[in-house]
Amino acid sequence: MNKEKVLNLAKLARIKISDAEAESLSHEFDSILDYVGQIKNAGFKVQDLGLKNEEKFPIRNVLRKDGEPHESGIYTEGILAQAPARDGNYIKVKKIL
Amino acid sequence: MTPEEIKIKDKDIHAFLEVFDDAKSYGNGILSGKKISIKDNMLFSSHKASAGSKMLENFTAPYDATVVKKIKEAGVIIVGRTNMDEFAMGSSTENSAYGVTKNPHDVGRVAGGTSGGAAASVASGMCDMALGSDTGGSIRQPAAFCGVVGLKPTYGRVSRNGLISYVSSFDQIGTVTKTVSDAELLYNVIKGQDPLDSTTISDDTYKPSRKFLKVIGIPKKFVESEGISDEVRNNFAEAVEKFKSLGYKIKEVELPNLKYALPVYYIIAPAEASSNLARFDGVKYGLHKEGIDGIDDYFETRGAGFGREVRRRIILGTYVLSSGYYDEYYGKAVAARRLITAELRSLFEEVDMMLTPTTPSPAWKVGEKSKSPLEMYLEDIFTVHANISGCPAISLPSGLAGKLPLGIELTADLGREDNLFAAGKDFMGE
Repeated sequence: MNKEKVLNLAKLARIKISDAEAESLSHEFDSILDYVGQIKNAGFKVQDLGLKNEEKFPIRNVLRKDGEPHESGIYTEGILAQAPARDGNYIKVKKIL
Repeated sequence: MTPEEIKIKDKDIHAFLEVFDDAKSYGNGILSGKKISIKDNMLFSSHKASAGSKMLENFTAPYDATVVKKIKEAGVIIVGRTNMDEFAMGSSTENSAYGVTKNPHDVGRVAGGTSGGAAASVASGMCDMALGSDTGGSIRQPAAFCGVVGLKPTYGRVSRNGLISYVSSFDQIGTVTKTVSDAELLYNVIKGQDPLDSTTISDDTYKPSRKFLKVIGIPKKFVESEGISDEVRNNFAEAVEKFKSLGYKIKEVELPNLKYALPVYYIIAPAEASSNLARFDGVKYGLHKEGIDGIDDYFETRGAGFGREVRRRIILGTYVLSSGYYDEYYGKAVAARRLITAELRSLFEEVDMMLTPTTPSPAWKVGEKSKSPLEMYLEDIFTVHANISGCPAISLPSGLAGKLPLGIELTADLGREDNLFAAGKDFMGE
């Protein structure tokens, strides 16, 4: 890790940070990644988990049908009241193009 | 205590971010008259919920979280919202944007975290019970530090609708109480399937794999290899003897991959956080800071609204999910997570519960561990397995190191809170 890498990651995450913070984060990340990186060489592979575990402890997905909506508009005011800028029932944003 | 009395008592502790002056009883129910605090990441309609962050300093909840709705129906009095590490990232509430919560047993020390305010509010007698949330030990560790009972239920037992997300596959709402009986009472009120949270489960989802026979497994090698303090080691040995004297059978067990639970946690947690917290954009709600154009608004808002630890975890999460590192970190962590879960669940075919200390040491001094984030992360060594696997776990007060409380932790199979309550009541003499 180095300062430039951290600044680039912060850019991807849309967070403004100072050069000094990037520098100190790079050292912190080195020690954190060194610690969590121990799993890299522990030999974990998704394909090794095998069907046995799958059958014994299945992971299920839960879906539901669309429907039963709440009464239209009952939360509109409460939610829009939290918006930093609004125009009537719209959230106001800056011009993009 | 009246709201005024709570405010006076809380001056030295800072368990509360807000004590509600308009606190009222919600009528007759199973929890009538019980005073309860809620963590600052749970929505209570028309009240502020800031998740301990400047990002949501002025956010007012437009609706009730499902748990809040349920405790109201049970007739509680909601006395206030409690302090927490910002967005539930931390182990001591020192990451709160609104100041640290002090330990009621020694105000020079931390109350633990992230539900430090919840634990301190109950331990100091400012309320009867508290709702907290637990992503990697955030209920159990502060409960241990403050000498109270902390329960993290099975993943999916309690609806997360209206809980501000941190790690959606780990987060679970649970209870902080003085007794195991109260934990059971409050748990029975808040649990249940909820159409507004598709991850919630029914009482029948996980059937018991064995009859409860009072058998406790101890991963002795794991406990002893993790640098625990002498006070914790002695206290843990006493707790084991106590269980034996209560007719429990103790079995030494080995879980070879349990040691990877913490590294797995600190890969998956920042990864999910970086994705979950993308919603804070200064557009829909929360803080807005002006930049030179639309995209610059994001940079300004997120740079100013998130505190240091939150920025650290989002950026770290961005790294472990980025192309080239995804397989190495996130992919491996997800595989390890499933292996650790399978290992734990297989263990629960042989024993009813696993016993460990809740923390490697008692509460530390305010500021003592703030220099190195990794040092703070290592404090979660005995709690993260429950979130990784989804298993329920409870921390029970087990004695003192000087004046500082210590805790032991029981973990059970998915859906087996009943085992935790039975053994917990035995241990506490309830």
